[in-house]
Amino acid sequence: MSLLLENVKKSYREPDGSTLPILDIERFEIKDKEQVVLIGESGSGKSTLLNVISGITAVDSGKITIAGTEIASMAEVVRDRFRAERIGFVFQTFNLLPAFSALENVLLGMSFSRKKPSRERAKELLALVGLEHRLNHHPKQMSVGEQQRVAVARALANQPRLLLADEPTANVDIANQQTILELLRDACTQNQIAMLLVTHSQEVAKQFERVETLTEFNKVHARV
Amino acid sequence: MNTLTIAWKSIRQRRIASLLTALSVALGVTLMISVLVINGVIDRMFNQTASGYDLIVGPKGSALQLVLNTVFRVGAPIENLPYRYYTELQKDPRVKEAIPFAIGDVTQKGGFPIVGTIPRYFALEYIPGRHFRINKEGKFLPGTWDSVIGSAVAKQNNWKMGDEFSLIHGSAESGHVHDEKFKIVGILAPTGTPNDRTVFVNLRGFYQVSGHEKPLEEAIRREAAFFGEKVDEEKLKAQLKESAEHDHHDHSGHDHGHDHGHEVPDAQKEVTAILVQMKGDRLRGFSSIKFQSELKEGNQAQAVNPIQQISWLMTNIVGNIRTMLIVLTSLIIVVSGVGIFVSIYNSMSDRKREIAIMRALGAGRATVFAIILSESVLLCLGGGILGMILGHGLVFIAAPIIEARSGLLIDPFAFSSTELILLPILVVLASLVGFIPAMTAYRTDVASTLSD
Repeated sequence: MSLLLENVKKSYREPDGSTLPILDIERFEIKDKEQVVLIGESGSGKSTLLNVISGITAVDSGKITIAGTEIASMAEVVRDRFRAERIGFVFQTFNLLPAFSALENVLLGMSFSRKKPSRERAKELLALVGLEHRLNHHPKQMSVGEQQRVAVARALANQPRLLLADEPTANVDIANQQTILELLRDACTQNQIAMLLVTHSQEVAKQFERVETLTEFNKVHARV
Repeated sequence: MNTLTIAWKSIRQRRIASLLTALSVALGVTLMISVLVINGVIDRMFNQTASGYDLIVGPKGSALQLVLNTVFRVGAPIENLPYRYYTELQKDPRVKEAIPFAIGDVTQKGGFPIVGTIPRYFALEYIPGRHFRINKEGKFLPGTWDSVIGSAVAKQNNWKMGDEFSLIHGSAESGHVHDEKFKIVGILAPTGTPNDRTVFVNLRGFYQVSGHEKPLEEAIRREAAFFGEKVDEEKLKAQLKESAEHDHHDHSGHDHGHDHGHEVPDAQKEVTAILVQMKGDRLRGFSSIKFQSELKEGNQAQAVNPIQQISWLMTNIVGNIRTMLIVLTSLIIVVSGVGIFVSIYNSMSDRKREIAIMRALGAGRATVFAIILSESVLLCLGGGILGMILGHGLVFIAAPIIEARSGLLIDPFAFSSTELILLPILVVLASLVGFIPAMTAYRTDVASTLSD
C-alpha cells in the first residue's frame, strides 16, 4: 500500500474563533504503483488533502500511512525529511525557483534528503523529460511546458514512493498538456511510483482507470 | 546543493541590492582596517623608538616637546644646552653613555630633519634587541663632513653613496641654504622608526657649518649664566681678541667648504638634547629616577624618561583618538549591518513563496532559517573581506603619501592582529541582523503561501 488515510480530520480556526471543518475522511487508500485522479469542486479541500498527505499541514486526528510509515504522528522535522525523501510534488504553478537553472532546480529537489545530490542523476532526469539541452537555462528563459517538465524532473529526483500532482496541466498550453500527463504517468510506471493527481479536467480524468471525487469520501462535504 | 549555495544563489538573484549592502559593510571595514593599521603603526612607533637609552636630557621646558623633537624629530627643539653640560654629564660616574644630539636644520631636498651626533649613537639599540645596520660599504660618520642617511631618505631623494647635499638653516621655510655640503658615507637599513627619515651628520661638521656656532661673547655669557658663574671680563676680552685673529687668518687662507676644518671652541657649541644610558642593569631604573629628580631640583636642565612621556601621550591623546575612531568605525559597521537587515527583511515578502517551495520540497524550518542566516553572514563576510582588501589597498596607496606629509612610517603591508577578530565579529553581527528575517522564514506558513 502506497497511501492509506484512516479517520483523518482537519479543520481550521476561523477569525471569530469558530472551527471550520475541511476534511473528515474515514478511509482512503492508493495501492502500490496505482495512479489515481482526484476531482472535486473548488473549495472542496483538495489542496488541504494534498498538504495533509505530504505532511505540510498537520492533521487534527487520524493516521496517514505512506509506504508503510505512519507520518501523522511524526514530529514536524521528521515529517519534513520524510517528505523530501519519499514524496514528489508537482504544483499547478510549477514553483521553480527563478534564481536556479533547470539543473539546479532539480538538484534543489535532492538537497533536503539525506542522500547526496547527484548532478548525473539530475541530468538524467532532465534528459528523461526531454530537456537535456536546457540544463543551464533559468525558468524565465523556458516556456511554461518546459518549466513544468523541469518540475516533473524535480519531483522524481529523490525516487519517491508517492507523487502528488496538483493540477499539473492547468497552466500548460493544450499542446503540452498531454505531453506532461504522459510524462508523469510513464515516469511513475517506470519507477513504480504511486500517483495522486488532482485535476478539474475531465479530459485528464478520463485517461485514468481510477477517478475519485473528494466530496464522495470526505464526510465534511458529504454533509454539505 | 548545500545551505550556503542556496543562500549564495539568492544573493546573486538580488545582485544590486546585495552588492550595495555588502559594499556598505566593506566601506565600514575599510575604515576600520585603516584605523587599526595606522593605530598599530603609531603604537609600534611610539613604543619602540626609545629603547637604547634611559633618559633624554634637555633644556627646561615641555618634557613631551623634548621627547617628540628628540625621538620623533617632530616640532621645534625647546632650546639648547651648552656643550660643556654634555661633557660634564659624560663624566658623571652613574652615566654609562651620553650621546649628544644637535637638531635644527633640514635637507634642502625633501626637507628631512638633520641630526648632528656622534658615531656611538649607532651602537645603541634602536628597538629592543635591534641594532642599526648599514649598507656594505657604509661607515658610521667617520669624517667631519660625513653623513649617514635613513632608508626612507635614500629612497625618496634617490640619494646614493658619495652624493653630497646641502642643509637649509632652521626649517624648510627659512630658505637659507648653508654653503657647506655633507657627503653620504652610509645608508641605514630600514628600521621602521623615525631614524629612517633622518639625516645624521657628524656633530663636528654640524658645528662647523657657518652660522651654527654661537658668537663667542654671547656663548660665553650664556654658558656662564647657565652654570650660575660670573664672567671674567678680562679673560673674555682676551678670548675675543684671539678669536678675531684666528678668524682673520682663517678667512684669508681658506674657502668655506669641505676642507676648511676649523675647530669650533666648545664654548660656542650647543646641544639640543643628550641621550643618556645609565650604568648597571638591576638598579638602572632606580638610578634613572634619582638622576631625574636631581636634575629637576636644579634649574638648568631636565631629564625625562621617554617611555613615560610616550605612554602619557598614548594614554591621554593617541589612545583617546584611537578609541574615538574605533567607536566611529564600529558604528559605521553596525549601520551597515542594519542595512543588511533592511535589505533581507524587505526581500522576505517577495521570497516567502521561494521559502514555501523549499519547505514543500522537504526543507525543514531550521534549514530555511539557516539559509536566510547564511545569506546575512555571506553578505557581511563578503563585505568584510572586500573591506579588508580595500582597507589594505588604501593603506598601501596612502602609506607613501602619509609618510611624505607626516613623517609617520607606515608599512604598506602592515597588518594588525585585531583584524583577526574582525571577521568573527562580523559573523556575530550578521547573525544578529539576520535573525529576524530568518525567523520570518522559519515561521512561513507553507500551505497558505503556496495557495496564494
